[in-house]
Parts: sequence; C-alpha cells; structure tokens
Amino acid sequence: MTGGPRLCASVACGITVALAVVAAAQSQPERFGIGRPATPNAIAALDIDVRPDGTGLPAGSGTAPGGAEVYARRCAACHGPKGEGGQAEPLVGPEPKGLAPFGPDYEKWRGGRPDVPFTIGNYWPFATTLFDYIRRAMPPASPGTLTADETYSVVAWLLAQNGIIAESDVVNAETLPRVLMPARAWFVPDNRKGGREAR
Amino acid sequence: MPNKRDTADGLTRRALLTGTLGAAVTLGATGAPAQERADAASGPGRPPNELGTRAAAERPKRLPSAISSRTPLQDLHGTITPADLHFERHHSGVPVIDPQRYELVVHGMVDRPTTFTLDDLKRFPAASRICFLECSGNFGRQSGERTTAQELCGLTSQSEWTGVRLATLFREVGARPQAGWCLAEGRDAAVMTRSIPVKEAIDEAMIAYAQNGEALRPEQGYPARLLLPGWEGNASVKWLRRLELADRPFMTREETSKYTDPLADGTARQFSFVIDARSVITAPSYPHTVQQGWIEIRGIAWSGRGRIQRVEVSTDGGRSWARAELQAPVLPKAHTAFRHLWRWDGRPSEILSRAIDDTGYVQPEWPVLQAVRGRRTRYHLNPVTGWKIGADGRVLFGVERVSA
Repeated sequence: MTGGPRLCASVACGITVALAVVAAAQSQPERFGIGRPATPNAIAALDIDVRPDGTGLPAGSGTAPGGAEVYARRCAACHGPKGEGGQAEPLVGPEPKGLAPFGPDYEKWRGGRPDVPFTIGNYWPFATTLFDYIRRAMPPASPGTLTADETYSVVAWLLAQNGIIAESDVVNAETLPRVLMPARAWFVPDNRKGGREAR
Repeated sequence: MPNKRDTADGLTRRALLTGTLGAAVTLGATGAPAQERADAASGPGRPPNELGTRAAAERPKRLPSAISSRTPLQDLHGTITPADLHFERHHSGVPVIDPQRYELVVHGMVDRPTTFTLDDLKRFPAASRICFLECSGNFGRQSGERTTAQELCGLTSQSEWTGVRLATLFREVGARPQAGWCLAEGRDAAVMTRSIPVKEAIDEAMIAYAQNGEALRPEQGYPARLLLPGWEGNASVKWLRRLELADRPFMTREETSKYTDPLADGTARQFSFVIDARSVITAPSYPHTVQQGWIEIRGIAWSGRGRIQRVEVSTDGGRSWARAELQAPVLPKAHTAFRHLWRWDGRPSEILSRAIDDTGYVQPEWPVLQAVRGRRTRYHLNPVTGWKIGADGRVLFGVERVSA
C-alpha cells in the first residue's frame, strides 16, 4: 500500500491550505506598510483650509476700503459692482436683518414683496469660510492668485457691505474667527432618519 | 405535423421552410438582385478591432448645462449607467491629472501622516460596490410640460465602483479615535472640500479608482475619488488629493452656504447627506407617444438609506396604487428597476410612481414635502412625479403636481 501515505499527505496539505484561506478572509494585518511618510513640507503645500477657530489663517490683514479696490478689479465683473450679483451669485444683502431669509418670520417680514437673495449677510454661518473659499477657488479663472492681504481685504469689504463689521475694522487671523455671522443662528444638524415621517 | 403558430397568419409551414416567402418579400420590397440579402449581411462585416462603439443608430447623449450634464434615463434599459453617460457635476471643470504624478495625502489626527500613490492605493485589498450616485440638486422642471425624464432627474447614475475601503486606509495611517471628522479635498480648480463624519461613513466609504470595471472616467474623479454610498454626490469628492482628520467639521462653503436645506420652520438643515427614497417613471415619459393597449410602465427607484422595499404605480392620478414588479437583485443604496403592466383604454390618464424603502419611508407628495421644507429649499427634493397621457397618446410631464 504505497499510495496510502501519499494520499494522506495530500489531504493534510489540502486542509492546511483551506485553513490558511479562512484565516486570511477573517483578518487583515494591522498595517500593510504601503505608502510613504508625508513630510511636513508636503502637507503644508496642500493644507490650505481655514477652520472656524482660525486655524490655517495666514499672516496679513486688510480693511474694507482696500477690499473695495480688490473687489472692483477681481470680483465685480461676475458678482456685480456692489456685490448684488451678475453672471455669478449675489454676495451682498443684509436683509432681512436679524432674520433668516426663509421660514415663518421671514414670510411675515416679506409680506407681498419679492424674495431677497441668499447672501453672505443672511446665509453664511462662519466668516472664516469666506477666507477659505476665496483663497481656494476665487476668482474662477485664476484661483489662488490673491495674496493673503488681498484676500483679507476683500473679506473685510464683503463683511462691511453686509453690515456685519465696520468699514474701519481690521480683518486678520485674530479678528476674523471672532466675527459672529447672523446666519450662525439658523443652522441645525440633519434630523431626518428614515421611517414613515417625511422631513 | 402542422404547427399552429406557423399557420396563424395564413402562411403555410412549407412556404416558411423552403424560403419562398422570404425571397418573394425581398424582391417585392426592394427589387434588388437576389444576392443583396435583406435578411443577412451580404458579405463579411468589419473585422475585430481594439475599441467597441455603439450601433450607428443608437445615440444616447448626456444633456449638458454650464455646470452639469444629465444621464439619459429614458434611453437606458438596465440599472448600470454606461460610464460615458454617467452624470457630471463639478464646480470648476474637469481637471487633467497625470496618474503617474497622482498622490493622496492623509494627515491630521493620525499616527502616521502618509502619502499614497495610485499604485499604492491599488495594492491594498480591493472592494467593489454597486450603488447609485445622485446630486442632491437633482430636480429639474424648467421646461414645464416638456420636461424629459433626463431633465427631471438625470443627475443620478449607477456604477460598480472598485477601490480601497476608507477603513483600510485609516487603519494604515493610524486614525485616532477622537478624529470624528475628515476633510476630503479635490484637486480640481475649485479645490473642492467637504467635511465627512467618520463614524457614519466608515463602514461603506471607499476610495474608488475604477468604475464599471475600468479606470474612473475623468468626469468621475480620475484617477481616484471618495465614494460614499447613499449620500449626496457632492460629498463623494472627486480627484481626491487630501484627507485631513480632525475632531470637528471644517465648515467649508459646500456644507454651509451650499448643500444645506432651509426649512419651513426657519432652521436650516446642515450635513444632510443621505438621499431619501425616490422613483421616476422613465417610460412612457415626455416626449413619447403611446398607443392604446398594453403598455409596460418602467422606471427606477432608489434610497440612500437601504433597499427599495416596494414601488407603487398609479394610473389614475393617485386615486389607486398597484405594486410594481421589482427586477432582482434589489441591492441596498442602488437603482432598482421596476415594471408595471397596464392596459391603456385611450382615455386621458396620469401615471405616477412612489418608492418605499426598507425603513418604511414613503416617497412624499409635493404638498407634504413643501409643508416641511418650505418654499426656498433647493436640495433633496424627491416628490412623487408623473406623466400625463392625452387622448392622442402624447405624454407630457405632470408639472402641476409639483408646482408651488
């Protein structure tokens, strides 16, 4: 019976393989060792976001009068000379002061008048978002070309035009996170959860 | 033995068998020589080649605007969208990215900030997932009665996506437990960003590098994108260049002044990621014309919360509803095809569909949706819609049903 042991060996081998396959399906290694360490320089080159607490804001500053000049040169062609909107959306519109541009109080305030647009003044909850967005995406044809001072200035102009800061207020990494936006009051987390009720 | 089917039109089995009928038709119809066969190619066709193309007569097209292009839902028969017909929505055009130079940086609240190349991403264990992707602004009705299914909701498409699970990547970099949020950033000209809640996303999220078996299309985020099944498309950031983990959201423009939902009660809903259940009849739809008799009403239904449990169809403007047949497999967070046979008697009718998902959510009628959302909401609109069929068989969009 010379075939016996060989058969047993191959069955045993098969069992070992099967066990190995099961083990592999059950767990992955803690790490694969894929990728290379991201250096601080590599991260800094990409890390342009600005957070509500001001993290990410660069050195520099600006005021509304300086921003008026930057806005006229770089923004007005699309957003209108006064930020009233054009081929791009309106940016300036403090009305309805202290109210959301929607909801029951707004409907009472509006009466029979036409709707006001959604703007920085009534629908942007964080001032830091202005710096973040303008720096990363504006103007669309040449994003990233505004200097830090130009960006602070145009943010100052937009906030002043919307009646949120004074013309003379200096906007910088210290002051911008402290600007309280009117729209901050109306944002709430998603309360939908499926089930019978449409929300 | 004569076969009943062969003689049903008064033709004899012999005529069919000997081919005399076919020959007579050929000559009668065209007068062409016998070798010009009407019923088969008259000579060898095109030899094998490298890339296939659609049949010349088939010309499905996306419907582009300045900021998006829509899938021709009415031209499709299945639930997988051909990649070149997948809808597009981007904030500053489609970037051109060299896959050899592509890198994804993962940093922030992690033990090991890491840079991954495209090859790195492909070395990790892969996962595939069939799911829909829908823009939360997918509700177009500017053309009134002449709105097509494509205009109405062509900002939804479905693919089989393949990539590496986000959980695998997060384990690799040592994501810290307090990292509840992750900023996803694209490398398009808008460098578009969204904050993603890790706990809610981690089970199903992936970094996808393939779509329907091949590399992503440029419009879909080539060479790699975030994919969040069931969530509004904007959150599945394309051309992904950076993930930054943090303990709170970043409050980017796309999750504050955009992609939020002003409601009837004066609050605005933020981080409203999940797509609620919806359905649409794709046939018949404008600009089809139908004939009296049997019509198979066809469409798709989907829910970002799970599986479609059932779809109901009404052929009497919503007075009564019948359960439509669902085409298996019914996958979670996936377009599900439905069909309903209807015998149209030629009288003016309105056909509607509504989806019910496995949470029990019922696709709402427009007045119900308006009551909770108010007048000024623009995203996540999923009302029951339908098509009006005139006595002449012409099909028009039932625009009155979704008017304020």
